[in-house]
Amino acid sequence: MHSIIVDDEGTSRAILSQLIDNNASLDPPIASFSNAIEAIKFLNKQSVELVFLDIHMPGFSGFDFIDTLQNPPKIILTTSDKGFALDAFEYDCIVDYLVKPITQERFDRAVQKALQVSSPSVQPDQNSQKNDLYVNIDRRLVKINIPDIFLIEAKGDYIHIKTETENHLVHATMKKIEEKLPSNLFLKVHRSYIINTTKIVDIEDNSVLIKQDIIPVSRANRPELMRRLNLL
Amino acid sequence: MEEPNLNYIKEIADGNETFERELIAIIQSEFPMERDAFVKYIEASQLEHAAEMVHKLKHKFNILGLTSTYESAVSLEEELRANNASSIDFFLTILDSLNSQIQEL
Repeated sequence: MHSIIVDDEGTSRAILSQLIDNNASLDPPIASFSNAIEAIKFLNKQSVELVFLDIHMPGFSGFDFIDTLQNPPKIILTTSDKGFALDAFEYDCIVDYLVKPITQERFDRAVQKALQVSSPSVQPDQNSQKNDLYVNIDRRLVKINIPDIFLIEAKGDYIHIKTETENHLVHATMKKIEEKLPSNLFLKVHRSYIINTTKIVDIEDNSVLIKQDIIPVSRANRPELMRRLNLL
Repeated sequence: MEEPNLNYIKEIADGNETFERELIAIIQSEFPMERDAFVKYIEASQLEHAAEMVHKLKHKFNILGLTSTYESAVSLEEELRANNASSIDFFLTILDSLNSQIQEL
């Protein structure tokens, strides 16, 4: 099990590292942070299964730290104060509460609890899930990364989804796919075309160049397209 | 006055002498810095910040088996957070005495 330590005191970080080393279920800590903000930056890039978190840090408490995380991993609180125990019950991600100085026996019990609790970190990342679109192709559900789509073209009862790497012909209507796409990225510029506005190369009169496709822009949709552009 | 002991450190070190030495070195380094910061905040009448330093110091008292000093620190931290600095002279005497002992560990 991979963990990190967040504690502003060097003494505490050294002790926790030693307690982790002595515990057979834990790998050596991936990182130790004296500063909660640095730890948050780290967790935004890399997921861990367990955080040993000091409650009492200057300027930014352990609870502030948890509140900042969108998908907090399992957390074992470490503190010199017993007074925060009730607050800890407010958080599902907190699996135990250790009062310093922490004995090996008490530490091992907390780790055992963390191992038994199902991991909140294995829940799907909501952000990445929002980017996924599943389409039915030959009775397979194929995942498409929505930001990779640059163009959707109506083809009778089908739609042609063009992405950076591949194209898909899918049985669906333009109305249905339009509902599934984020409106801040995609715009219907013609009854037969939806474009990803971030992929525009240039615009000329009543057409727009997306990658190498020249797409007509209907008169009714042109004002909205122009409104979206960052014009100089 | 209580004297620091290494019982807790030896217990969690589990025979790891390198860890023992490293942890003692960290305490020897952090303790006087926290003591100095405490004094600075008291002189500036920043009692909330001074309480933060007592909070850090009290953990070290625990690690070094200084039970009654720890209890004094708990009381002082509460007093400082209540804007009461009446016990600081006694606490400073303890800190200075302990610092000499800690540097000799």
